[in-house]
Amino acid sequence: MATQAEKTSIREEEIPLKTIKAIKFSILSPDITRSLSVMEITTSETYDEAGRPMVGGLMDKRLGVVEPGARCETCGNPPDKCPGHFGRIELARPVIHVEYSKYVHDLLKTTCRECGRILLTDDEIEKYRRRLEKLRIRWKLLADRLIERIRKKAMERTVCPHCGAKQYRVRFERPYTFYEERENGVLERLDPMKIRERLEKIPDSDLELLGWDPKAARPEWAVLTVLPVPPPQVRPSIQLETGQRSEDDLTHKLVDIVRVNEKLRTAIESGAPSSVVDQLWDLLQYHIATYFNNELPNLPPVKHRSGRPLKTLAQRLKGKEGRFRGSLSGKRVDFSARTVISPDPNLSINEVGVPIDVAKMLTVPMTVTEWDLDLARQLVLNGPEVWPGANYVVYPDGRRVDLRYFRDRRELANKLAPGFIIERHLINGDIVLFNRQPSLHRMSIMGHLVRVLPGRTFRLHLAVCPPYNADFDGDEMNLHVPQNEEARAEAKTLMLVQNHIITPRYGGPIIGARQDYITGGYLLTKKDTFINKEAIVYLLAAAGYDGDIDEPAIMYPKELWTGKQLISMLLPKDLNWIQSTAIRESCKDPYNCYTDEYLIIVNGYMAAGVLDKKSIGAEQVDSLWHVVVKRYGNSYARKWVDSILRSLVRFLDLRGFSMGIDSLEMPPESYRELDKLYDDSEKKVLEYIQKFKEGKLEAEPGLTIEETLENDVTIELSRVREAAARVAEKYINKDGEAYIMAKTGARGSIVNITQMVAMLGQQTIRGERFKRGFSGRTTAHFEPGDLGPTAKGFVRNNFKVGLTPLEFFFHAAGGRDGLVDTAVRTAQSGYMQRRLINALQDIYVAYDGTVRNASGSIIQTKYAEDGIDVSKSDHGKLNLDEIFRRAGLSR
Amino acid sequence: MAETKSMGPQEDLNNVLVQLAKILPPRIIDDLRNRLSNMEITKEQLANLTRILVNEYYKMLIDPGEAIGIVTAQSVGEPSTQMILRSFHFAGLREFSMALGLPRMIELVDARRKPSIPMMMIYLDEEHRKDPNKAQEVAYKVQLTTIENVTKSVEIDYINSQIIIEIDKNELNQRGLSMEDVRKVVERIKGKGARVEIEDNVIRVTLEEADIIKLRRVRDKIMQTRLAGIKNVKKSLVRYSERDGEWIIETEGTNLEAVLTIDGVDYRRTISNDIHEVAEVLGVEAARTVIMRELKKVLDQQGLDTDLRHLMLVSDVMTWTGKVRQVGRHGVVSEKESPLARAAFEVTVKNLVEASIKGEFENFRGVVESVLAGKYIPIGTGIVQLLMEFE
Repeated sequence: MATQAEKTSIREEEIPLKTIKAIKFSILSPDITRSLSVMEITTSETYDEAGRPMVGGLMDKRLGVVEPGARCETCGNPPDKCPGHFGRIELARPVIHVEYSKYVHDLLKTTCRECGRILLTDDEIEKYRRRLEKLRIRWKLLADRLIERIRKKAMERTVCPHCGAKQYRVRFERPYTFYEERENGVLERLDPMKIRERLEKIPDSDLELLGWDPKAARPEWAVLTVLPVPPPQVRPSIQLETGQRSEDDLTHKLVDIVRVNEKLRTAIESGAPSSVVDQLWDLLQYHIATYFNNELPNLPPVKHRSGRPLKTLAQRLKGKEGRFRGSLSGKRVDFSARTVISPDPNLSINEVGVPIDVAKMLTVPMTVTEWDLDLARQLVLNGPEVWPGANYVVYPDGRRVDLRYFRDRRELANKLAPGFIIERHLINGDIVLFNRQPSLHRMSIMGHLVRVLPGRTFRLHLAVCPPYNADFDGDEMNLHVPQNEEARAEAKTLMLVQNHIITPRYGGPIIGARQDYITGGYLLTKKDTFINKEAIVYLLAAAGYDGDIDEPAIMYPKELWTGKQLISMLLPKDLNWIQSTAIRESCKDPYNCYTDEYLIIVNGYMAAGVLDKKSIGAEQVDSLWHVVVKRYGNSYARKWVDSILRSLVRFLDLRGFSMGIDSLEMPPESYRELDKLYDDSEKKVLEYIQKFKEGKLEAEPGLTIEETLENDVTIELSRVREAAARVAEKYINKDGEAYIMAKTGARGSIVNITQMVAMLGQQTIRGERFKRGFSGRTTAHFEPGDLGPTAKGFVRNNFKVGLTPLEFFFHAAGGRDGLVDTAVRTAQSGYMQRRLINALQDIYVAYDGTVRNASGSIIQTKYAEDGIDVSKSDHGKLNLDEIFRRAGLSR
Repeated sequence: MAETKSMGPQEDLNNVLVQLAKILPPRIIDDLRNRLSNMEITKEQLANLTRILVNEYYKMLIDPGEAIGIVTAQSVGEPSTQMILRSFHFAGLREFSMALGLPRMIELVDARRKPSIPMMMIYLDEEHRKDPNKAQEVAYKVQLTTIENVTKSVEIDYINSQIIIEIDKNELNQRGLSMEDVRKVVERIKGKGARVEIEDNVIRVTLEEADIIKLRRVRDKIMQTRLAGIKNVKKSLVRYSERDGEWIIETEGTNLEAVLTIDGVDYRRTISNDIHEVAEVLGVEAARTVIMRELKKVLDQQGLDTDLRHLMLVSDVMTWTGKVRQVGRHGVVSEKESPLARAAFEVTVKNLVEASIKGEFENFRGVVESVLAGKYIPIGTGIVQLLMEFE
């Protein structure tokens, strides 16, 4: 095998392309190991004095080559074609494969030490075999359970039913030592050689009962007699700047193994005392064990010279950065870009603004045809520096030309003919995938159409922030360019933003207006807003409206339109809709409400109400926006939201909207009221405490007296805060920006306003009032045992007035606790989601409407009992109202 | 059904509904029947309505190949990240019960043996559900009452080796018990060589040759003895349920098996929040429903909207084998057919080793396996295969 005749180099085309159909897992037998190997490693030296690989060493060229220019001595190929060839180390004495030691132990416990038969009677064997055969066909899990039972049963036997030999208990000491416990309690070491002999005796038929597949895994193969040595492709050495070679961890480990193996062999051959042999044998076992896994229990990990533990085989596979999760499930990709995002309300929600520098780097392969020949020529002529140009030209024969280093582009352009492929720059209208991490749901990666823009940031429409959970405080996003027609077609039809307006989570729009759009909608549509001709033309133009302008609401002395009229012009003419608004307070009947608390749309005419979060906001079900998407389809909805939102933001621009301290103005009497509220409440709390100290407080069922007090105080204090919130809402300037934003749902809530103008309320750590600090008190400013509001972190002041130093401290501590909590829980929920995904990812809807997993087992006979896809439904339902309406049967 | 209508259209309507029932799910049929029974409708209108309805229903049906598992996992997982973000906005402000929320959700998905706060919702039968007092009677039968609960004071007379317990008669009456009950219980547990005397509401237990430590031990034992109620049920609370419009009992601590046998309890609706207990007492189907409801409860309480269908699939995946399995390496994932899929999740090496012993096959039928091998994913658009005939 080692003397394979030198072959000529294989051409790439000759390497057959194959896809994996199936993999069978098994244990490498010594025979296979030997036939796989091209050579035996005989020396622990890797290089000679001249720096050439030693023949018979670990870097022998017969194992394959990685350095450019070298030729493999086995297959004769250069490094890029040589796949590498395994070698082997013939071990002087067998050693146990650590990862199998637990299973070897199981076998030793369940089989006879003399005859190797399973410790069951023939009847039992027959019974179990028949049962197992039946279970294996269909009920794999039950078969596993039966095997477990068989093992338990066999373990209980102390006398072999076949040869009558007495069984000793086999003790296993992790990771690889076995002892036999004799009657007198003496432990006798079972060395790998003895173990191997015992395992060899177990007949195939008995192994099957114990869950082993003897064809794939004879148990004696778990005791190694020959060790496969992976080719250098698996363990490449790297050249340091100093010219020194640095070997891979695996090579280091293999050198250790070869060295000890040599020593052991000479010791045996020279007839050294058995203690010396055993010591070396054990050392060999240790090195081979750590070669497989360097994180074994009860074994010190092998360390590099620097003290860093070596990364051996198991470590390469394991964990997040391991082969499975790090290299095979997730890969680095080309044709992608990442930069900061910023908003652009003038884009469509379907679009993404791509910086011109990015557009010049990312390319799309374009096959030259006779119809786009002229375009292709121009692109090649423009080259890599001028947008729109091209970066590469691929000849029909597969040759690639990098235009950056190509002198005569004109000549190349003229040579272009159908069949050439040019890799052209990204241009407007190209479809790309846009993504923001963490990618928690499918709307975290959506297809956008490119709009090349000046600047250095990706631009996106504000309405698509909710699905990405993006804001512009420095967020970065990734962009990927699909490279073939299939990918582009899928991106365009399945992933385009407009097809994800409705989330599959609850069947409502997740894309929609937020913040300024909502303020704008409210301010535009409220009753006292009038727009002059100039403005309405401007706003309609911004919306891209090209119809007639309705008759103004006021003709004289000046033509004025209402905001509702403007919206009406942009609404579909057959739309009828009634819903409650976010500013609704007391109105019950939509038809008898004169304060715009219900939104009423009659035949596309906005008769009453205002636009706010409830009607055009993101994540609002059964809203105007939801109805538009459902009734008119994704494409129309996209155009509608593009135009109406553009108009709203322009209106807000014209009007102006900024929040200042003046929007938080409160009359003096409100402060008197707040003071009184607090004083009363404090008195009450102190009363509770007094009662508690006098021992008059009665414990509530299930609580101690202390807990009862704490509970009462907490309830009282949160009551004040709520009362303060009511005071704040009563006195706050209703036309102030803060209140408008809170009320319409644009940003913030009444709670935030209360905190700014009235009272912050109780600060908590882990949901409780402050209790840590000095013994019996939180800070040195209080008497020990003070249970009053201020001593336990109640903040009676507001942000506008300012906090006292103590209050400030409590607030900061409470805020920090919140941050820590967030960090901890993010990790928890991330792991939960990973597990959910891993458990459910194979589940799909089959052609027959059943829900199945990867094995084809039916999990639901009809998806969710009614077969309705949430993302196509109307908030999870089939909307009968809507169907009756369409059948002309409504109301 | 309205009697005023003529028989003709009524029969037509029923016929149509029967026909529709073959296509549409029962919930929609019921809804439809309700609506139609209150309105006059012509034959043409009905035909038109049916056409639109069936059309719309078919449009809403889920597409074959849809990777519904991933959609579901995301729809359940994504809101769980928001549970944190939302509370962050009110940094430091007081929040209500932390027992629910993310920890509870993880507990459910993990299929933990015991919930951190085990609870039961006990529904009552016709007789008891209308009246809070009668409900309270049942509640007393349910709630674990120890002697300690009805004791006013306990003393130990070390000289005479006597334990003196004064019982609070009010408490006793309130719980529907009598001194006779107490006596029986105390006598049963007093053990050897002890005398029990009862006068009025004072119980004296006299022990022979007892040291201080033994006296104390006996006292504690007596105090912890069950007088009435059910083991494990620590607290019970009678509450009016707005949703059901009746009085129900909520308990802390569960013992479903025992509660279901109590008179006055509606054993059809009474439920516990302990998945494993429900699976044992009522069966997997019930456990599936409990998982679904509990998940929904957590999400609702956090103000998060997730369609029930997703929770349905999660609980189906956890229970379809007939046993409640955890979503994770000891449950659903460990029972996957593909060794590579298991290795790619957690405990990589162990899974590979075991696969080799059993001589397992990797057939690349799932998602991760296919990704690992660089194959097309057999789900979604990848489910489609074309057969082309070459001339």
